[in-house]
Amino acid sequence: MKPRQEEPAARTTMASRLHRRLERRLPALTRHKSPESLPVTLSRRRIYILPTRFGLGFAAVLGVMLVGALNYANNAALLLTCLLGGIGIHAMLGAFRNLDGLVAGALHGDSAFAGESLRVRLILDAAGRERPGLRLDGYGGATVTRVETAEHGVDLHVPTLQRGWMPMPRIRIHTTWPLGLFRAWSWIHPDHALLVYPAAEASGPPARDQGMDPQMRLALDGDEPAGFREYRAGDPVHRIAWKLSARHRDLLVSERDRPDTRNARILDWEHAPGLAPEQRIARLARWVNEAHASGQPWTLQLPGQVLEPASGNEHYHRCMTALAELP
Amino acid sequence: MKLRWPGRRTAAAGERRRLGRQAFDLLALTMAMVLVVHAGHLPGWLSGSLAVLLAARWYQRRYRGGRVPLWLRLPLTLGLPVAVIAQYGTLFGQEPGSALVTGMLVLKLLEAEHSRDARTGVAFACFGLMSALLFGQGMLATQIVGLGLIPAIATLNALEPARPPWRWRNAPGPVLRMLALALPLALLGFFFIPRLSAPLWGAPGDATARTGISASMSPGDIGQLLIDDSPAFRVSFDGHRPPRVERYFRGPVLWHFDGRTWTRGHTSAQHRARSRSSRIEPLTPMGGFHDYQITLQPTRRHWMFALDMPVSPPADGHFTPARTLLHGKRIDTILSYRMRSSTRYVLEPTLDATTRERALQLPAGFDPRARVLAEQWQRQFHGDPKSIVDAALRLFHQGGFGYTLAPPPLGRNSVDDFLFSTREGFCEHYASAFTFLMRAAGVPARVVTGYQGGYWNTMGAYLLIRQSDAHAWSEVWVKGRGWIRVDPTAAVQPARVDIGAMAAAGASREWYQAAWLQNLRNRWDIVNRWWNQAVTGFDALRQRGLLKPFGIRHAGARQLGLAFAIGLSLLLVIAASLALWRRPHVDPARRAMQRLERRLARLGIVRERSEGPRNYLMRAADELQHERAALLALLDAYLHLRYASEGEETESVRNFVRQVREFRPRRAVQ
Repeated sequence: MKPRQEEPAARTTMASRLHRRLERRLPALTRHKSPESLPVTLSRRRIYILPTRFGLGFAAVLGVMLVGALNYANNAALLLTCLLGGIGIHAMLGAFRNLDGLVAGALHGDSAFAGESLRVRLILDAAGRERPGLRLDGYGGATVTRVETAEHGVDLHVPTLQRGWMPMPRIRIHTTWPLGLFRAWSWIHPDHALLVYPAAEASGPPARDQGMDPQMRLALDGDEPAGFREYRAGDPVHRIAWKLSARHRDLLVSERDRPDTRNARILDWEHAPGLAPEQRIARLARWVNEAHASGQPWTLQLPGQVLEPASGNEHYHRCMTALAELP
Repeated sequence: MKLRWPGRRTAAAGERRRLGRQAFDLLALTMAMVLVVHAGHLPGWLSGSLAVLLAARWYQRRYRGGRVPLWLRLPLTLGLPVAVIAQYGTLFGQEPGSALVTGMLVLKLLEAEHSRDARTGVAFACFGLMSALLFGQGMLATQIVGLGLIPAIATLNALEPARPPWRWRNAPGPVLRMLALALPLALLGFFFIPRLSAPLWGAPGDATARTGISASMSPGDIGQLLIDDSPAFRVSFDGHRPPRVERYFRGPVLWHFDGRTWTRGHTSAQHRARSRSSRIEPLTPMGGFHDYQITLQPTRRHWMFALDMPVSPPADGHFTPARTLLHGKRIDTILSYRMRSSTRYVLEPTLDATTRERALQLPAGFDPRARVLAEQWQRQFHGDPKSIVDAALRLFHQGGFGYTLAPPPLGRNSVDDFLFSTREGFCEHYASAFTFLMRAAGVPARVVTGYQGGYWNTMGAYLLIRQSDAHAWSEVWVKGRGWIRVDPTAAVQPARVDIGAMAAAGASREWYQAAWLQNLRNRWDIVNRWWNQAVTGFDALRQRGLLKPFGIRHAGARQLGLAFAIGLSLLLVIAASLALWRRPHVDPARRAMQRLERRLARLGIVRERSEGPRNYLMRAADELQHERAALLALLDAYLHLRYASEGEETESVRNFVRQVREFRPRRAVQ
């Protein structure tokens, strides 16, 4: 099993180390904790249940009540105690039933910068039973939810530490519903990787420009219509020149100048010399952020690959992915 | 109270969540219920101030918010045990304990801010509810206590996160459902958990006995009993019931008079020694037999009651010389026993000298006028007992005597005062004065206490004897005839014997003693009796007979424990399978398709995971040429059903299911 992302709260205690060793030695223990592909249906084979601390305390109180009732030969008190005992067992089965049959259907992860938390949406299917009081944790965050529908999304905020592909940490889904006497839990470890973008450095030198006057660049890069052409399938609707088309047989589409890629900013790995690789990546990430924010096209040149000049969200994500995936 | 040491701060996050409004309201309601069930035996000032405290805390948290400051909580917490000690003199025992528990629960509400507080509070509230049952396990009390469980369980439920939207209206539903589901297990435990044969520690209420007839009688004593409406015992007769005037239930016999109080005339230790050694007064029954069963409420005393005159003692009791029944152990639980009595009898036709002396004992220096009167009778009737008795009864009947439950107080010479000045009283006064007169006139006499009358419950066919039916009468000894019962009260107020003490007294009833209400309560008693028989009176003896249908005559703790374990396992298996059961939602078309797949698989045509229905059935049609037409028809029907039809078409589904059922593919004979 891959070493798993440790929870941030410095939990590397004796117990967790022992736990990990146990998991390595006894894979049977972790059969349902190893990564698996969704959907996962929680069933009795993977639902564990134990009394909570309050449950144990409550049992102790019941024990005292039982002894008292028997000692005083008080049948009404005995009946009451037995009734509470029955409710306790009902609570145990209720906790189990609250998880049994729940389906973890799919997982959609956003992307985030390292150090921030990453929003992952887990789709849960109630499978025909209302499931209140569900808690999800173990992935570094915690959340509570109530699942009623077949397409119930829960947002998990997974903390990230470093850039790159991060395996989805395993999620503990547990409940003490209905009375807090028993805790039923199950682990879901989706076979899913999350992309973590490198964290941009806070401040530093700006990206080296191409020496062109920013004023001139602005003029050159305007999106003035450069002419009109006939509509082709796939053209965005907002590009259609409706007034002009009204006087024509066909729809006309305004054609804009393609961004002047020759004047794109060049964000080059080599422009940040003398830095450790991670710091270089952080700097490039800042440059990419800045370029994306300014709306100008840019090209990203990394060792072994060059991302052609472009702008926009897609380009941005491509660049960030490339940065994240750098060895 | 909870001590907070540093380590406890690091509880799980869920435990530290602040208490929501509903949870707090429910917790307050739980505590209020505990207070209600205990209010009956707490001193008024304590339950009153606790109720005020509870209401104030609820108001404060609901409308002002925030916690109660420590400077307010601390004195209250420290003050509670002090107050309990001030009231009871001790912290231990049933009543101080219940005061302490109730007070602590209300104080717990004062500091309740987090889920953990609420949980602890609920657990101890359950204990508080249960401890209320030690004071009385009547049906109504038990039901009120059971009602208290609802807010307690609802509180626990309200502490869970991400719960469905809250509505007070819908709140009791799930809890009641939970209680209903818990009931089978509760009953199993109730029937099969082995009862202790002897208590592990002292049973409660050692010090004081509140109910029932006591070991002595000084005129004015039973007065408290006569307004106590709680049941003393219930009698069901095998044959016909005795007429009202014969319904005298014999209790302790009092021999010794000290001028004020009648007692049994010896200490208990002496008594035990005597009753073991000395002979029981011989009885010759002459007829009027009654066989019956008495179900006695706990008295915390030893004696049992029986219709005059019991013929033989029940299994676990014995007679005193004067034929009062004594139980081997103190009666702390409901006791049922079978008896046989005779209403026409001769008791002790010859009297030995010692007994005669006891039956003529009078204190020196008391009641001179009564002595003079009695001696005058003795001379007048030449010592004939019957005439002397008649003279005394005539005096009561015609001498301007009245019957009242609120008699004026008597002075030092109580008999003189009663006979010659106040002339008002109830059974105690008459029995006491009559016996005194008899003894002074040289007729051996004694006082018998017990119960008389009772209410016949027609529906349940049993006789209900309440504490208010307590009575005292006399027995005089006549040579050759033995002890004869004389009820001087009847001479004054025959109605006492006919309609009961309260009705006979006529006046001054509280509103809750109104006749129609009394009547209603008498009728209602049948439910209490049922409860007593089914629940309260279910004792070790009846438990032992529980396994009789399984061939075990006397089930010991081991067999009962085994039965409990078996029953528990069975219930758990049922419950677990119910919990595991998921409503299978497979539509009929899919099920039919699966059936078809199974049939084809038997012929070796197994559907691949990647195969859709079309590919699969086409392949099957290719392989089974002789079934090709049928298979293609099936395929058509299925595809039509699945992809060409809109919505539910039950008709075509049914057709497809039928087609599949009729389709029985065979391997082609090569």
